Amino acid sequence: MSGELGKAFARAKARGEGALVAYAMAGDPDLPRSVDVFAAMVEGGADVLEIGVAFSDPIADGPVIQAASERALKAGANLRRVLDEVVPEVRRRCPETPLVIMTYVNVVMALGEERYAKLARERGIVGTILPDLPPEESAGIRAAFDREGMDLIPLCAPTTPPARAEAIAKDARGFVYCVSVAGVTGMRSELPPDLSQRLDLVRRAASVPVVAGFGISNAETARTLVAHADGVVVGSALVRAAYTDGPGAARRLCADIKQGLKR
Amino acid sequence: MTTDTAVGRFGRYGGRYVPETLVPALLELEEAYAKAQQDTGFGDEVTRVLREFVGRPTTLTPAHRLTESWGGAQVWLKREDLAHTGAHKINNTVGQVLLARRMGKKRIIAETGAGQHGVATATACALFGLPCEVFMGALDVERQALNVFRMRALGAVVRPVESGSRTLKDAMNEAMRVWVSQVQDTYYVIGSAAGPHPYPTIVRDFQSVIGREIRAQTLAALGRLPDAIIACVGGGSNAIGALHPFIPDTAVRLVGVEAAGHGLQSGQHGASLTLGTEGVLHGSRSLVLQDEHGQIQEAHSISAGLDYPGVGPELAHLAKTGRMEVRTATDDEALAAFYEVARTEGILPALETSHAFAAARSLARDMGKGQHLIINCSGRGDKDVATISARGVPPATGVKS
Ligand SMILES: Cc1ncc(COP(=O)(O)O)c(C=O)c1O
Repeated sequence: MSGELGKAFARAKARGEGALVAYAMAGDPDLPRSVDVFAAMVEGGADVLEIGVAFSDPIADGPVIQAASERALKAGANLRRVLDEVVPEVRRRCPETPLVIMTYVNVVMALGEERYAKLARERGIVGTILPDLPPEESAGIRAAFDREGMDLIPLCAPTTPPARAEAIAKDARGFVYCVSVAGVTGMRSELPPDLSQRLDLVRRAASVPVVAGFGISNAETARTLVAHADGVVVGSALVRAAYTDGPGAARRLCADIKQGLKR
Repeated sequence: MTTDTAVGRFGRYGGRYVPETLVPALLELEEAYAKAQQDTGFGDEVTRVLREFVGRPTTLTPAHRLTESWGGAQVWLKREDLAHTGAHKINNTVGQVLLARRMGKKRIIAETGAGQHGVATATACALFGLPCEVFMGALDVERQALNVFRMRALGAVVRPVESGSRTLKDAMNEAMRVWVSQVQDTYYVIGSAAGPHPYPTIVRDFQSVIGREIRAQTLAALGRLPDAIIACVGGGSNAIGALHPFIPDTAVRLVGVEAAGHGLQSGQHGASLTLGTEGVLHGSRSLVLQDEHGQIQEAHSISAGLDYPGVGPELAHLAKTGRMEVRTATDDEALAAFYEVARTEGILPALETSHAFAAARSLARDMGKGQHLIINCSGRGDKDVATISARGVPPATGVKS
């Protein structure tokens, strides 16, 4: 199992901050320029990078990330090219930042679970998030990932009953990704009132860090969550900023959210 | 929690590959369905509505002139086109909407390709007084105008989906996304024997009324089971419904017909059993049309109901194990079959169904005289008249002009 993720969370904690897990879509608007976005997010203070690999049928994603997937696919971003052309470049420019891939199970299955884990690990990926792979279906992939030292990061939802949430947390690798809203990825003006209780419950059960994600787009929300989570994931807001105003906008948004994450 | 073969598998296929948010809803559905199955009151109610409202049993019609013209097996038509709303889809929506009501769900969503499932869902919702939203690819909204009108007339909201190929697969993505956001009070009526467990089982069970009737009707008419049953395959619900009750009867040939679109070599088809590879789409592991990178390819068929790059997991299993034979028919073959059936039997079949007819001719000939072939007439062709007539109508037969 990778210690890199744990160390990144510990470094943020030692500075008195929650960790920022920053998501962008590899290949949006094209492969080289998406590398600039990832590097800019780290300059802005991102502690962990989540590299999105596009899938044609992204059922867990809202309109912003759906549109980014379509652009990335048009630009020729597929898992193989992301591993060969994007990940090594990001690694070179951000050597201290742990890299995680987020994609859909079919994309990994098409390459082969073992082959993916091996290739990704060699190029510097430490964890993978597959939003359409619930625990019941994950045994095979997780075993393959474990053998290669790749964390399969589990998700926990607002609809997950407490006992199931505890089981997911106890068993987790890397960190637990707590989905804040019942819904798809995207910015929200409000988060559910019981989110903090759920985060507390998952955190008590987990031996790895716990982050909240989906719907977080600004420093205010980050500030309210950092008392209950080890960090936050920001996706759609960064994807939109990078697409409309370029890497600099993504850097500024990261810096702003980092302010909110100060304890 | 981490078992290797989860519930809801058909051999290697099936499963439940969905966001964690939906898993509790699928577990709830699985449990509610199991309870409903044990409750004879539920089964009786479904049967009663199918009889009183849908018009079941649908007839089994001997197709004398097709039999004569093809010169092979005796051909019979299982008339799902005579079910209320004009297709087999209503068998499933009546069952699922009754289940939703039992579960106390407040609203219904559905996806639709040809619009038949959307109409069937809107109809069941009207009958039981539930609000209904139907997601439909924008391209399908254009080519199935009649069904869009029917859904709206029945009080449903039709939501055109602009993403991806703007067809059935995108409508299903969108329905799933909306379901994730409203899962607490919303029931998602899936229209084919596809999707995450337990849908492939639920849809198959509700559609199996077709095969059970075929069994009873052939036993009554022939004193024995038929020799072969053929059905078109989109997601696979009319096929699995007609074929499932015969799986143990190994003497009965089970045949599925996929859309070959512009031809299997053209890359533009919907033949996922024939040319698909193993993958995960819309929550289940099955055979799908995809590229080497796991990106789902756009399907093509003249019929919106077969324009889908996946197939239900149970049919994938039946095809891979050889229990079901898989054939294909192109757009042109389906169109030719449409007119052939119209002019020899007085029936305008749906374009989906026309694929089954197109492949049935050679099957009937192979089988030969003395054998009995059942063609599942999944639906009627009214919804397709705009598509078909746009290509020009062949001149009248046997009349001097
Ligand atoms: C008349 C008719 N037949 C067949 C199909 C294909 O669906 P399935 O394979 O689920 O029966 C459809 C789908 O819309 C349809 O409307």
